[in-house]
Amino acid sequence: MHSHDPSAKLKNVSVTAPKLVLAGNPNTGKSVFFNAFTGMYVDVSNFPGTTIDISSGKYKDYVVMDTPGVYGVSSFNDEETVARDIIASADIVVNVVDAVHLDRDLFLTQQIIDMGLPMIVALNMMDEAKDQGIEIDVEELSQLLGVPVIPTIAIKKQGLDVVKDRINEARRGNSDPDLQAKLAEFMSKHTSIHNKAEALLIMEGDPNVAARHDILPVGLREQIYSQRRYRINQLLDQVVRDTKDNSPFKMKLSRWMLNPLTGIPILLISLFVIYKLIAVFVAQTVVEFTEGYLFVELYEPFIRGIIGNIIPEASFLGQVLIGEFGVLTMTFTYVLGLLFPLVVGFYFALSLMEDSGYLPRVAALVDRVLTKLGLNGRAIIPLILGFGCVTMATITTRLLGSKREKFIATALLGFTIPCSAQLGVIGGLIAPLGWQMFVLYLVTIFIVFVLIGTVLNKVLPGKSSDLLIDLPPLRLPRLGNVIQKTWIKSFAFIKEAGPLFALGALLISVLQLSGALDSIITAMAPLTTGFLKLPKEATIAFIMGIVRRDFGAAGLSSIAMSPVQTILSLVVITLFVPCIASILVLFKERTWKEAAMIWFGSWILAFGVGGIMALLLL
Amino acid sequence: MTLAEVKRGNRVKISNIPDEFIRAQAIRFGISEGEEIECIEKIPAGPVIIKKRFQEIAIGRRLAENITVTN
Repeated sequence: MHSHDPSAKLKNVSVTAPKLVLAGNPNTGKSVFFNAFTGMYVDVSNFPGTTIDISSGKYKDYVVMDTPGVYGVSSFNDEETVARDIIASADIVVNVVDAVHLDRDLFLTQQIIDMGLPMIVALNMMDEAKDQGIEIDVEELSQLLGVPVIPTIAIKKQGLDVVKDRINEARRGNSDPDLQAKLAEFMSKHTSIHNKAEALLIMEGDPNVAARHDILPVGLREQIYSQRRYRINQLLDQVVRDTKDNSPFKMKLSRWMLNPLTGIPILLISLFVIYKLIAVFVAQTVVEFTEGYLFVELYEPFIRGIIGNIIPEASFLGQVLIGEFGVLTMTFTYVLGLLFPLVVGFYFALSLMEDSGYLPRVAALVDRVLTKLGLNGRAIIPLILGFGCVTMATITTRLLGSKREKFIATALLGFTIPCSAQLGVIGGLIAPLGWQMFVLYLVTIFIVFVLIGTVLNKVLPGKSSDLLIDLPPLRLPRLGNVIQKTWIKSFAFIKEAGPLFALGALLISVLQLSGALDSIITAMAPLTTGFLKLPKEATIAFIMGIVRRDFGAAGLSSIAMSPVQTILSLVVITLFVPCIASILVLFKERTWKEAAMIWFGSWILAFGVGGIMALLLL
Repeated sequence: MTLAEVKRGNRVKISNIPDEFIRAQAIRFGISEGEEIECIEKIPAGPVIIKKRFQEIAIGRRLAENITVTN
């Protein structure tokens, strides 16, 4: 009966079985409920046309589907459109609500009730609400909403079974009679719309849903939203009582994180801890084992042996598959041995910051600085990730609010942020030169970073979006959740970027075998020696940087140079074009024109800044 | 007066949010026109942090300058 059934778009999801859909705001503990319903057998599939993965499984006769955490259902972004389509097709909705955040969460609850979908509410985090002195009359809340409300503490597994047992008590809740009357009238006029949920979305002005039914969206969003908000506020006045001031320590800590005087030191300490975790533990101990032992010592000889038996390594195909930049050798070692552990490390740190509620506070703290560069506080996420892997970070620029911001962030990443693979080698080269040289490198890159952001912000047309984010209460993150999030994100990265790295390796092998790589090096050599005043071997290192950023930096270590020359070449290699996989992502994410601008721009920028430094310092 | 001018610790009533998209987002967070809120923190030249019941929201300075409020 549903004309736009999303289950038909997903792999391994039955179209005929009744659908049980989990819905809720971000970070309400929805995933714990999903796991409780489905157990171990879970399918994760991509929602076509988006970057969003949807988990699905089975509970009794139901197909259970998870949805991205959203504040409401409409089409403001990809998460919402996916959640919208899945929720609108549900037979039963389990709405997970954060008891500490009723103001915010009940908007979605009421919206789903207004859609006329049978629902059951899991009122989660009751323990935290109690700690904060929030008293909720659950009975009254259930009466007013008109659906069962079950208090739960998901992380302690309390109430999960009750929710599962009472699924069949799900029912359509109490909606605003005026709204329902309007909906009935609207549906009698447009008989092609059978689904009340879709009718509501069209009345709320959702352009995509309206287009599906070949009618114009109705501009009633504001009116419906305000009335819904009013209804919830009335309800809350009857149901919630604030008995004491909330946890004084958490409140103080939250203020400290936001106030620059204390917030900046807290941020620096946090970044230092992350640096220690990733640069010292992951980049050295873990990568030494995964890249150095597992891949270079075990895997590569193994695959060379197998393939080499059939295809001689010296042949063209042999070189492409198992040669120096081979798709089966270098790509696997690089992506799985080196990048994967680093990406896991970064996503682990980011998930910790997200689940604890610290990340949005960092975004608020740095907002002021980033607005000068035409970004807002949310851009801190791709910028931090850039130090892990620029390819991964470029993919996450999708979360930014406007095309303008996406371009600026992508440009900053492509031009100035050295990824972790490169940072390790750069650190190794700078360390013996003393702190003055380190400062010279840092200051140069920083100036370029600020200049690019400032100039792009001035030159690009349009307006960047402003910060408007929810600051959730601070809480201790749950390790299980953090690990699950880390895994899902890291896996998604490998799935998306892996093929690009392979394609990149293929391109480089072809360039090398056809002699084009050597021609480029010869052509560039005069530029390196004459303009940058560096030994001509440095050219090879620069070009190798296109293959793998750490190759470029590592190539420099074998060349005899003065300290200033070393710094100059490191600056050039940092600013120079990102690795081939990043370039491919760049062209995939941005328009050809924008991507080409960033790519050619980085040649000019790297040699321009290097040339100025050579002029001033050499 | 605009939200950006509100002093820390003061309570005000939101009278106008200019942008339609922002207005929809804000309503979802629990902040609509006519709502009474408290300014709990102002990051110098940065976002204004407001609170309503248990909900805290960070609002970029430029946006705060465009939201009008009354005492």
